[in-house]
Amino acid sequence: MTTTPTTSPEAATPPPGSGPAAETTDKKVPRGHRRLLTRRDRLTLGLMAGLPTILHVALVWVTALASIALAFATWDGIGFDSIKWVGLQNFRELFTINPQFWPAVQHNIIWFAALILIPTPLGLFLAVQLDKQIRFSRVYQTAFFLPVVVSMAVIGFVWQLVYNPDTGLINSLIGANQPGHYIDWIGDPDLNLWAILIAASWRHAGYMMILYLAGLKSVDPSLREASALDGANEWQTFKSVIFPTLRPTNTVVLVVTIIEALRAFDLVFVFNKGAEGTELLSILVTNNIIGESSRIGYGSAIAVVLLVISLAVIIPYLIATFRKERQA
Amino acid sequence: MHLTPSGLSIPGPSRRTMLRGIGGAAALGAGVPLLSACGGGSGSAADPKTVSLGSNASDAVPKKAFAEIYAAFKKQSGITVDVNTKDHNTFQEQINSYLQGTPDDVFHWFAGYRMQFFAAKGLATEIDEVWDKIGGNFPEAMKGLSKGEDGKYYFVPLYTYPWALFYRKSVFAEKGYEVPTTWDELVALCKQMEKDKLVPIAFGDKDAWPALGTFDQINFRTNGYDFHVELMAGKASWTDAKVRKVFDLWAELLPYHQEGAVGRTWQDAAQTLVSKKAGMYLLGTFVGQQFTNQADLDDLDFFAFPEIDPAYGQDTVEAPTDGFMMSKAPKNKAGAVELLEFLGTPEAEQIYLKADPNVVAASTKADTSSYSPLQKKAFEMISGAKSLTQFMDRDSRPDFTSTVMQPALQKFVRDPKGVDNLLSSIERQKKTIFAS
Repeated sequence: MTTTPTTSPEAATPPPGSGPAAETTDKKVPRGHRRLLTRRDRLTLGLMAGLPTILHVALVWVTALASIALAFATWDGIGFDSIKWVGLQNFRELFTINPQFWPAVQHNIIWFAALILIPTPLGLFLAVQLDKQIRFSRVYQTAFFLPVVVSMAVIGFVWQLVYNPDTGLINSLIGANQPGHYIDWIGDPDLNLWAILIAASWRHAGYMMILYLAGLKSVDPSLREASALDGANEWQTFKSVIFPTLRPTNTVVLVVTIIEALRAFDLVFVFNKGAEGTELLSILVTNNIIGESSRIGYGSAIAVVLLVISLAVIIPYLIATFRKERQA
Repeated sequence: MHLTPSGLSIPGPSRRTMLRGIGGAAALGAGVPLLSACGGGSGSAADPKTVSLGSNASDAVPKKAFAEIYAAFKKQSGITVDVNTKDHNTFQEQINSYLQGTPDDVFHWFAGYRMQFFAAKGLATEIDEVWDKIGGNFPEAMKGLSKGEDGKYYFVPLYTYPWALFYRKSVFAEKGYEVPTTWDELVALCKQMEKDKLVPIAFGDKDAWPALGTFDQINFRTNGYDFHVELMAGKASWTDAKVRKVFDLWAELLPYHQEGAVGRTWQDAAQTLVSKKAGMYLLGTFVGQQFTNQADLDDLDFFAFPEIDPAYGQDTVEAPTDGFMMSKAPKNKAGAVELLEFLGTPEAEQIYLKADPNVVAASTKADTSSYSPLQKKAFEMISGAKSLTQFMDRDSRPDFTSTVMQPALQKFVRDPKGVDNLLSSIERQKKTIFAS
């Protein structure tokens, strides 16, 4: 924000005397000393920058590109002779005859919509309440944030104890584990996605709360004072003064939620391995690639679809961010 | 079509190990696959007195039982077995890269298509010379199971366990039920159990594989062993009227299965049999593991799935078989041959069965005197069988069964209507998978 001087004419000209002075001192110094780095320094720097670069290129770029290449092949993972190039066949199969693909895309979208509609406003609400310095606010904060600390896989195990249709908490309490009136929270495709989304929301609300709390802390108190002086009530203050100042936070929240929706995997995998009703793209990728005679080409094709969706979301965001920076 | 290795020679393996790494870590929380992919073999290269062995027997009971076999082998031959044990599921997920890397001389594996697949890929050594010695110990059905598609032997079976309908003797005695031998009797028994406020057939398909077993039973009883094999090999069509008949029969029986199966694990379903809330349960003999109380276990009994078509009777038994194979380039081949010959003897099987009573010996020569009544019955059932099947995911391509059949059967179990759409969807997917 305060970097504008570089373009101003004053800053472009060096402070009087300093430029030529530096040049003259430079000339006086013997040539060998001009290099500030010894051979060892350069080696260290080279290793420090080079190794991560090699690792990054090998593990991120090469694998990603290989994945894209393999999406146009069939391969069982045994020897390179068995790679057969099949063009767009994997994608054709995926879009037409795979009964799980479209449900998976749909569930990823539902996942995003649900996260943005339920836990995000809830997190904002909690953050606004906790920002009021009410008593025991730290206790509440900790309680709501606790699920975020726990790994998704563990959350999956915990919620299974709640949802287990035979011995779980809910069905035991309401007696829905008897033949005749039986609620199958995990197996029924009309229920299981929502059951999992409640578990995911439980965690996501705490996450959003912390992000919004941080945003609220940076709201200038004088704005509140001003709106109070103008006679605005609490809701008006929030709607017209506080919420607009949270705009940068909202962007972060949106990006985080999109990422959460696209990478959703662990909770579902633990819950019911993406059975009917809970298929997700990430799970289809795993199911096709992991195993003894894998369909690596086919799994890669699904991964490429996931990649394209991710890029479609990330690129506009990056463009907007860079544009903003350039304008600033 | 062969491809030029340029460009793919580097990304290939690194990508695969990466993915396996990610998958292993994600699925099991264990980030060790890179290590295990190159584990074993090291150090034992030049030592003729050591054979390395890759084991998936990571559970306590089988691990100890196998250790006792290897100790007995050392006593007899002076050769040490260097065991490299991996988590059971991890072993399975990584078998591909494991066998292509530097595998152990001998490794644990399953009979059937899964064995033939790796044999055909040249990742195993044929062991006809072993079978020259041990052939007499095994019945014909077991010999068939140990051969690759080329007719050569690649596998030494150790133990097996049948699938059947399990029940509690006390429940049948108390209610005066009789063991059904025909389809109509089975349906009638289910109706009676329902009247008696029992769940006729316990069922849990959360892990997606138990339903494969139900399909297998109805299919080979209805259409016979040969059709079953053709169907599993991708040759017969899933839209065939014969397959449709299987699903129609299954749909007739489904209302008597435990409600909400897709949300229940087989362990939970077994508990309803333990607690006498369910009358029957179709599973492998490992269901006995859930009977922790000895009195309950003594009360457990089973019968073969009833006859559907008299032409086939009850002559096929589903009996998954586990055993050993030799990797493609063993460092100590002579030692590996000796070990496999030992593993094919009745003595080795007896040592194993003493420690793990939930399975039975693959050999007909093993001493059955220490068997429990349940084991004896299982043994008789298998040795009397005309044909043995493995299990759908062992008899067919695992990629087909896991990505197509498991979700398809879960769908059917939850909603048995719309079979025709389901079957044509299976057939379309099957064609592309088997063509690749």
